[in-house]
Amino acid sequence: MRFIDLFVRFIDWTTSRMGRFVSWLVLVMILIGAYNAIVRYLGRFTGTSLSSNLYLELQWYLFSLIFLLGAGYALKENAHVRVDVVYGRLERRAQAWINVIGSVFMLIPFCVFVLWVSWPAIRNSWAIRELSPDPGGLPRYPLKSVILVCFVLLLAQGVAELVKEVRVLRGGDGGTTGASDETDEGEEGHDAPARPGGV
Amino acid sequence: MEGSILAPLMFAAVFLIIFCGYPVAFALGGASLIFAFIGVQLGFFDWSLLSAMPLRIFGVMSNSVLLAVPFFIFMGLVLERARLAEDLLTTIGTLFGRRAGGLALAVVLVGAMLAAATGVVGASVVAMGSISLPVMLRYRYSAQLSSGVILASGTLGQIIPPSIVLVVLADQLGISVGDLFIGGLIPGLMLAGMYALYVGGVATVKPSLAPALPPEMTDVPLGVLVRRVLLVLLPPLLLILIVLGSIFAGVATPTEAGAIGSVGAILLAAARGRLDLAVVRESCTATTKLSTMVMFLLIGSTAFALVFRGLYGDVWIENLLTNLPGGKVGLLLVANLAIFVLGFFLDFFEIAFIIIPLLAPAASLLGIDLVWFGVMIGMNLQTSFLTPPFGFALFYLRGVAPASVKTTDLYKAVIPFIVIQLIGLLAIIQWPELVTGLVD
Repeated sequence: MRFIDLFVRFIDWTTSRMGRFVSWLVLVMILIGAYNAIVRYLGRFTGTSLSSNLYLELQWYLFSLIFLLGAGYALKENAHVRVDVVYGRLERRAQAWINVIGSVFMLIPFCVFVLWVSWPAIRNSWAIRELSPDPGGLPRYPLKSVILVCFVLLLAQGVAELVKEVRVLRGGDGGTTGASDETDEGEEGHDAPARPGGV
Repeated sequence: MEGSILAPLMFAAVFLIIFCGYPVAFALGGASLIFAFIGVQLGFFDWSLLSAMPLRIFGVMSNSVLLAVPFFIFMGLVLERARLAEDLLTTIGTLFGRRAGGLALAVVLVGAMLAAATGVVGASVVAMGSISLPVMLRYRYSAQLSSGVILASGTLGQIIPPSIVLVVLADQLGISVGDLFIGGLIPGLMLAGMYALYVGGVATVKPSLAPALPPEMTDVPLGVLVRRVLLVLLPPLLLILIVLGSIFAGVATPTEAGAIGSVGAILLAAARGRLDLAVVRESCTATTKLSTMVMFLLIGSTAFALVFRGLYGDVWIENLLTNLPGGKVGLLLVANLAIFVLGFFLDFFEIAFIIIPLLAPAASLLGIDLVWFGVMIGMNLQTSFLTPPFGFALFYLRGVAPASVKTTDLYKAVIPFIVIQLIGLLAIIQWPELVTGLVD
């Protein structure tokens, strides 16, 4: 039991760190996006193009990093949207059952599946040191590898959430877990009142 | 053959599973795997079809249209968290407040503008509700009129560009975001205009429901008022006009306009002295969470589409939709009804990623203009979000409304606005030029 507690804590900590790290990348992405826009606009008048495939690709590389590495964080913070017509009316125990069943039969198999089918493609990408098809572009193999990192982290957080929900079912110290109650430093604000992660 | 039964079965089962409330992205992914397994066991499906999954995920990552989503989310969040939206409402309120109904009119205007900036319906309903509802109630506006105006204006963001809803819709319909923005402009403004007319009408017939503000609130020296308009009202308006204008003029892509808009929002907040670490950090983390949610929904839907197609589900749906009695009209009727009802239970993005790809080929086959189709879907969904007892917007406002406003008040409040929505919907069906007129 000790080991499991330690594991859950470690995963939660890692995921939160990762979430905070990629959140700062949002700012970097905005700056690069604005740079690309301005440079392309100016290039029309001056005729000289300062924009390069490097910066254009960097923009979506960063967004990919944000949502791939933020996936576990979103899971921990209960930000992945649910249809809560039924779920929202259930008591905590029933919700825990849904989360346990969902983790075991949906999330965990899906992560394992994606890791399994992606592995050959990514190994191949490394083998040929795959580059961008455009001149001056960025290498592809590191970015593709992030898919693996993403689903490993998501899998780990999925297992951590499973443990927390099982604790709720056992009625032990589960009171402290409910997915998004750990709002570090009040960053939750009011972006998700009734429906987590809603439109 | 039995294989043809598997696709409808999968469709039904996936919806059932989604409804249990497990995060939709993973429910879709997991359920698809289960049906792929069943398909393989029965000999209707080939595992090798699933080896396309990494390529599809990579496609989601390099999708240049959806890159606009985090930018628009961020821009709206900064405007809201730095309380620029709140200032906007107070200023317009002072400007119009001396007339009966003026405050409600301010809500319509700010709703259209704020929604235009965020396009995140929940966020704008919550923001408008928590900012303006207490103010309206304090000045003796009827609870019904106030909440009705807030709900309708807050959800208007569906089709007033540059909403992220339109960005995602354009991506799924395979049309240009700019075209859909242009198409959504007139219908959106038309709805806002009709809300304003309704508010004006109520204020004229029954001023007690929407009284003018007391003089001490509106008697601001002219100089101060002008200063406020210049400092508070103009800059955000200008920002939105620049973002939209550059897209409409074809100068910038939506992604570029969004990036510039985000920087602009940061600068505006800084200029007002509202930019601190907390605002930036909150906006960044909320952007991360929201855009991760959207992109993973797309990844889950991709898995669904891969298996569903492998089981010939797309053929089944297309046959079903193109062979409806009444052809085009039949399809529109079914599509509208389905989307309206699904809008009670599913968030916008689920509908966009799961349902729209199934509807679009049939619509295009029957010669329906996809830009028009997109705007109609947006309008329909907005209506659905407003409709009691399930409408999303009602839940959001309930969450922030004071207890003195009863839930039945909310239900009654939206009825006139639902009628306005239906008029708008009928108008764009009767006169498609309202949508397509400005699109080249």
